[in-house]
Amino acid sequence: MNIVGKGIAKIDAINIATGKPVYTEDLAMHNALVVKILHSPHAFAKIKSIDTTKAEKLAGVECVLTYKDVPNVRFTLAGQSYPEPSPYDRLILEDMVRYVGDEVAIIAAVDEATALKAMKLIKVDYEVLEPVLDFEQAEGHSSVIHPEEDLHCNFDIGMNKDLNIVSSYKLEAGDVEEELTKCDVVVEDTYYTQAQAHAMMETYRAFSYMDHAGRLVLISSTQIPFHVRRKLARALKLPASKIRVIKPRIGGGFGGKQTVAVEPFVAAVTVKTGKPALLIYDRKETFTSTTSRHAMRLKVRLGADNDGFIRVVDIQGLSDTGAYGEHASTVFSVVGDKTLPLYNKTKAARFMGNVVYTNKMPAGAFRGYGATQGTFALECTVNKLAEKLNIDPTELRLKNLIKEGETCLTYKGKIIGSSTLDRCIEKGKQLIGWDEKYPKTELPDNKVRAVGMAVTMQGSGIAGIDTASAEVRLNDDGNYTLLVGSTDMGTGSDTILAQMAAEVLETTMDTIIVYSADTDVSPYDPGSYASSTTYVTGMAVVKAAEDLKQQIIEQGARFLEVQPDEVEFNGTVIETIEGSRSITLEKLAELLVLGMGNKQLVGNATYGSPVSPPPFIAGFAEVEVDKETGKVELIDYVAVVDCGTVINPNLARIQVEGGIVQGIGMALYEDVRYDERGRMTTDSFMQYKIPSRKDVGTIRVAFEESYEPTGPFGAKSVGEVVVNTPPPAIVNAIYNAIGVRFNSLPVTPEKVFMGMQKL
Amino acid sequence: MQIEVTINGKKASLQVANDEVLVDSLRKHGLSSVRRGCDTTCCGLCSVWIDGKPTLSCAVLAFRVNGKDITTIEGVQTEAEEFAQVLAAEGAEQCGFCSPGFIMTVLAMKRELQNPNEEEIIHYLTGNLCRCTGYMGQMRAVKKYLGVTA
Repeated sequence: MNIVGKGIAKIDAINIATGKPVYTEDLAMHNALVVKILHSPHAFAKIKSIDTTKAEKLAGVECVLTYKDVPNVRFTLAGQSYPEPSPYDRLILEDMVRYVGDEVAIIAAVDEATALKAMKLIKVDYEVLEPVLDFEQAEGHSSVIHPEEDLHCNFDIGMNKDLNIVSSYKLEAGDVEEELTKCDVVVEDTYYTQAQAHAMMETYRAFSYMDHAGRLVLISSTQIPFHVRRKLARALKLPASKIRVIKPRIGGGFGGKQTVAVEPFVAAVTVKTGKPALLIYDRKETFTSTTSRHAMRLKVRLGADNDGFIRVVDIQGLSDTGAYGEHASTVFSVVGDKTLPLYNKTKAARFMGNVVYTNKMPAGAFRGYGATQGTFALECTVNKLAEKLNIDPTELRLKNLIKEGETCLTYKGKIIGSSTLDRCIEKGKQLIGWDEKYPKTELPDNKVRAVGMAVTMQGSGIAGIDTASAEVRLNDDGNYTLLVGSTDMGTGSDTILAQMAAEVLETTMDTIIVYSADTDVSPYDPGSYASSTTYVTGMAVVKAAEDLKQQIIEQGARFLEVQPDEVEFNGTVIETIEGSRSITLEKLAELLVLGMGNKQLVGNATYGSPVSPPPFIAGFAEVEVDKETGKVELIDYVAVVDCGTVINPNLARIQVEGGIVQGIGMALYEDVRYDERGRMTTDSFMQYKIPSRKDVGTIRVAFEESYEPTGPFGAKSVGEVVVNTPPPAIVNAIYNAIGVRFNSLPVTPEKVFMGMQKL
Repeated sequence: MQIEVTINGKKASLQVANDEVLVDSLRKHGLSSVRRGCDTTCCGLCSVWIDGKPTLSCAVLAFRVNGKDITTIEGVQTEAEEFAQVLAAEGAEQCGFCSPGFIMTVLAMKRELQNPNEEEIIHYLTGNLCRCTGYMGQMRAVKKYLGVTA
């Protein structure tokens, strides 16, 4: 292969790195109205009255919208393929507010100062209700968070809204209780994973205007332009044909921008006023009024026999979705779906539990999407089991892991995709120096170093649901335009998709123009989430490019007056096999498009996969713990990755490194916290710590490529799986250092110190 | 009030409010590379040079820079592109939103530190947060760019 497998720089790299105006705010018109949102100060309240007259009279104020001014159709902000499994449980604005930060009013004015002044003139009279702040107390609480009659679910997700239960889920194979009684060893523990903030560098923002044809146009920092269009159509009661959503360059997403945040508000202003409008959430609003990772409680029971075979995996969960049910049921099911298959020597496996509403900021999609939480709980317990069985944790995994070509109880006969996870473990052991370092080394000055490990899997796209289309067009000058609706959020997906097209068309990167994403122009794509772009959109691109290549061959043959099987195409020239006649691609394109060939060629494909082959990682952490202070320093992190064929090693490596650091943040630093009235106390980078470059030690990445036959060029995915191993591996290393198990994240120095003192 | 400054080598008169911070003045002046990332002087996205010194423009009141010389990445494009090429070869710009501020700090470090070691580089750049890359690729690029082997 000439292009696939090469570490090519991103096609947009230099311009985005050097500050060119290519992001949403840069593209907004200078005369756009500035939109601000009045957020609820209460965790749970009914709006008794709201008076906007003074605000509206202020010079420079264009409009103030409340629940009385917007359509009353319930919808979901979750970016999922229609019909969405998330409940339709919210309005654009409502006379109920369900968390501190919930939207109360939309203000649009000529400038920011005027909008903020107007905000202070809005008088709201609230009937404050008792909030549900502890998710373990939510079920059956006297406060019912969603009593409304018009709440709607597209599917039976096990909702019982009178009990504050959004969703119930059970995945079970075999008889867990019966099999546990037969096990020689049973270990169990209960874990708490925290809400985590995406903290992408570009906060949420959108710009809207009416175009020449009276259609609503949004330029939005989103991962899901097509879902945004559909949701706005429903929420604003507009035909989808009247809405266009454009995704420019965006400054990070991590799943956060898979949930709609600001678009309905800015669109409502433009619909109301006919004027361009811009809404930028500041960092505080980004922390307090969007979404986070679902906090969970997960109880794990593992049963094994004395030979070291894991016979039972049982996980019982409770998930906190906050005030609205975005991604509630699906994040929860992924907890089990992406953990139970890992160990397939089981005789029974189960994942079950509930997702509950609380009066906190909604949770949503976040890189890892439940697998992160599940991996932490399962892998910590597997490490505990290894100790109880007196088996090296790497050996316990190697003994029990699902291997390529095998199935597992919950797959019901389906075969897992490609895997080199066993080689990932062996390689990781070598790189970290496991055999020399496990479990720990005492150092002078009351310090100790230790290693720990964990493994994980994710998926590649959503099997049987998400479908992507791609088009490749041959232009008049012999160049190509690749049209996709996937949403490069910095990952480099536009570049790797171009690499795939270039490989098929036997051309160079500079002949391929990539355009994404614009609902008026791009073919449909759900957007970049669920680790789908390389695998699902990538396959659509490969098939579209193959389609075009075949058309080029046919048209070349037509001009050479021979049959298609009598010519060859080498990327630049179509030539008869015996070599007597040829036509260049450039000439062919000219004749087809400009001349009398009368046929512009477009390759098309739509692809959805019936399977979601998992990528795998073995993660190894080496930590140094200061036994006097409880400070944990991460010295070294080794991640060995099986993402199938690596399409672009540089970009894949950065995905891994970046994901590992987000996982390190979750393990050691990051925590969304609330006070007793439900106000978020971690609403800036002062209180919410994301890792800086001083906090991450050294991260080393290696690939153990497998070949996934259902993927483009054998590729699977890499975007999400990378975040999962640091919490369990680091917690395991800390345990090996000081003999204290930490079951709730993050593991702060205070917790370590208190743990060592048995406080 | 009115302030007289030099921005990227050109004299400019800016009309600024008493409580306006420099990041907003520069954006209004059309310098899209200077970004608000946090409002709490934590992220480094708004890094510019004032009289050659790297500074968070969100932490400086605009009127304070009256008479001063301000440089944004738009003013050092050639040099920024040289480093951006090295960064891009590692794939380490990723979303690119933090890159201009990061690059301004790297270029300031190049002027300020002679033969820095890895620890000194990390220390110098700590104020520039990045959520995409995990920092390793940035470090590989900086070391290559500066010819650091230690």
